[in-house]
Amino acid sequence: MSLQIINPGFLTQVQDYGRYGLQKYGITNSGPMDEHAFLWANQLLGNEFNAAQLEICMGGFAARFELDAVISVCGAEGNITINHQKIEMWKSIAVKAGDEIRVDAFSSGLYAYLAIKGGFTVEHHLHSAATVMREKLGGLNHDGQKLANKERVLYRECCYDFSMRIPPEFKPEYGGKVEIRFIPNYSETGCSESVIQAFSEQEFIVTPEINRMGYRLKGEAIHSDSKGIISQGISVGAIQLPKDGQPIVLMKDRQTIGGYPQIGCVAYLDLAKLSQSTPGSKVSFMPVKVGAIESELRTYLSFFNVSYSIRA
Amino acid sequence: MNVVQISENTLVVLFEQAINLDIFKQVTAVTSAIEQPLSDYIIDIVPSYASIHILFDLHKIASGEFLEMVKAATLNASVQTASTPSQNIVDIPVYYGPEVGLDLDFISSSSGLSPDEVIKLHSNNIYDVYAMGFAPGFAYLGTVDERIAMPRKETPRKHIPAGSLGIADQQTAIYPSDSPGGWQIIGRTPEVLVDYKNEEPTKVKTGDQVRFVPISKDQYLELGGAL
Repeated sequence: MSLQIINPGFLTQVQDYGRYGLQKYGITNSGPMDEHAFLWANQLLGNEFNAAQLEICMGGFAARFELDAVISVCGAEGNITINHQKIEMWKSIAVKAGDEIRVDAFSSGLYAYLAIKGGFTVEHHLHSAATVMREKLGGLNHDGQKLANKERVLYRECCYDFSMRIPPEFKPEYGGKVEIRFIPNYSETGCSESVIQAFSEQEFIVTPEINRMGYRLKGEAIHSDSKGIISQGISVGAIQLPKDGQPIVLMKDRQTIGGYPQIGCVAYLDLAKLSQSTPGSKVSFMPVKVGAIESELRTYLSFFNVSYSIRA
Repeated sequence: MNVVQISENTLVVLFEQAINLDIFKQVTAVTSAIEQPLSDYIIDIVPSYASIHILFDLHKIASGEFLEMVKAATLNASVQTASTPSQNIVDIPVYYGPEVGLDLDFISSSSGLSPDEVIKLHSNNIYDVYAMGFAPGFAYLGTVDERIAMPRKETPRKHIPAGSLGIADQQTAIYPSDSPGGWQIIGRTPEVLVDYKNEEPTKVKTGDQVRFVPISKDQYLELGGAL
């Protein structure tokens, strides 16, 4: 039995932690855009970090539970109801067979995650359930498609055993001006000090050209002497500088190699904030030394028990 | 050669930044010196023309220690470049007919060669896979004979059928799935180059060599090719 989709909204996809070890074949990592919200949604249910969830982009989602379940919804803020009763986000909640969940258009942020105790039962496609539309990979039908009306996402019945709520100090706020830390790249395929300085000193606007592959920013054009680099592998969070001088931050569904010079790489834990930034949001970037933030990421990976043994 | 940490959990090995076979041979030698021996720590490794991009498991090792291990492996590889691993040669059948070689006439007129000569120059060559990317299974192959090297189209096509073989400057590649693209198309293979059901999902990988075997229209259709 399953969750029956009544309205899939603008873009709702199956996501798990992502697909690792296959980048050398040109296959992207994918995974949740706001990894922090995704990991909390699983954590609040006692799920494994990698358990499959629904990533709801921009809201407008509705579905019916056909079995009792325990769920959590984390991420973008908005009015979320069960049988027209508003529910709290960032908290585990029991639902009954027949209950209907509605996720209205978000008031701030772009991505919310619906997790279910035990995870949605989605057969892996190349070691992961993550959906990549461009690659026709993953998702319910192994074709990279988003969820459609009337589709059913399977899960196992579960009874309520405990309730958990995120400690308030970990609950992020989306919207407003965003300050992002980044690790400058001074290497041969990076940028000069003057380019990195020009990038750090100004404020950018998030443009409407944003998707799971990348976020295009707009500011005063940054001119670089570099004519481009020889294509090399690219990390999630890489900040590319194309010829027009307007930076692009690469996100979870990025192409695996790229030929633009790189200003640097967004601190991994700040990508969640950036991914929730709507067009028109102001964003600025602060250079940090990689040594200063490495242990923060290690602590985070340990806390959520993230293990890459899921790789191919 | 230089090893740089570019994020909390990513290193790149940068070689002399040029596209040529000598540098690329170093890339493949160093990749094999790293990939297996350090597999416990590596999540993703992407060799390309003149670099190796490595995502490592911060859970298992600190960046400083891992960087030293990668450096040691690169030195080790440079010492024994003679023992580069034997290369896998992959034969790919290609129909270079006018129905599928959408830009064959253009290449022929720009180069001043007959279509047959263009096909001969393209298929009488063994290509190296310098990189994979753009899309799953998309392999950047070099080096195309300079007489038939062609710039990308000014306006990319909105739809290129899967299997199409194109040229861009001195590179050549097959579009593994339907996609938009700007390469000059000279033929099409009936073979499937990406299959997610396989443990190795792509037919070729970086470091392999590729030979294009011209086939007739009948053979193309028999092998399942579409027109």
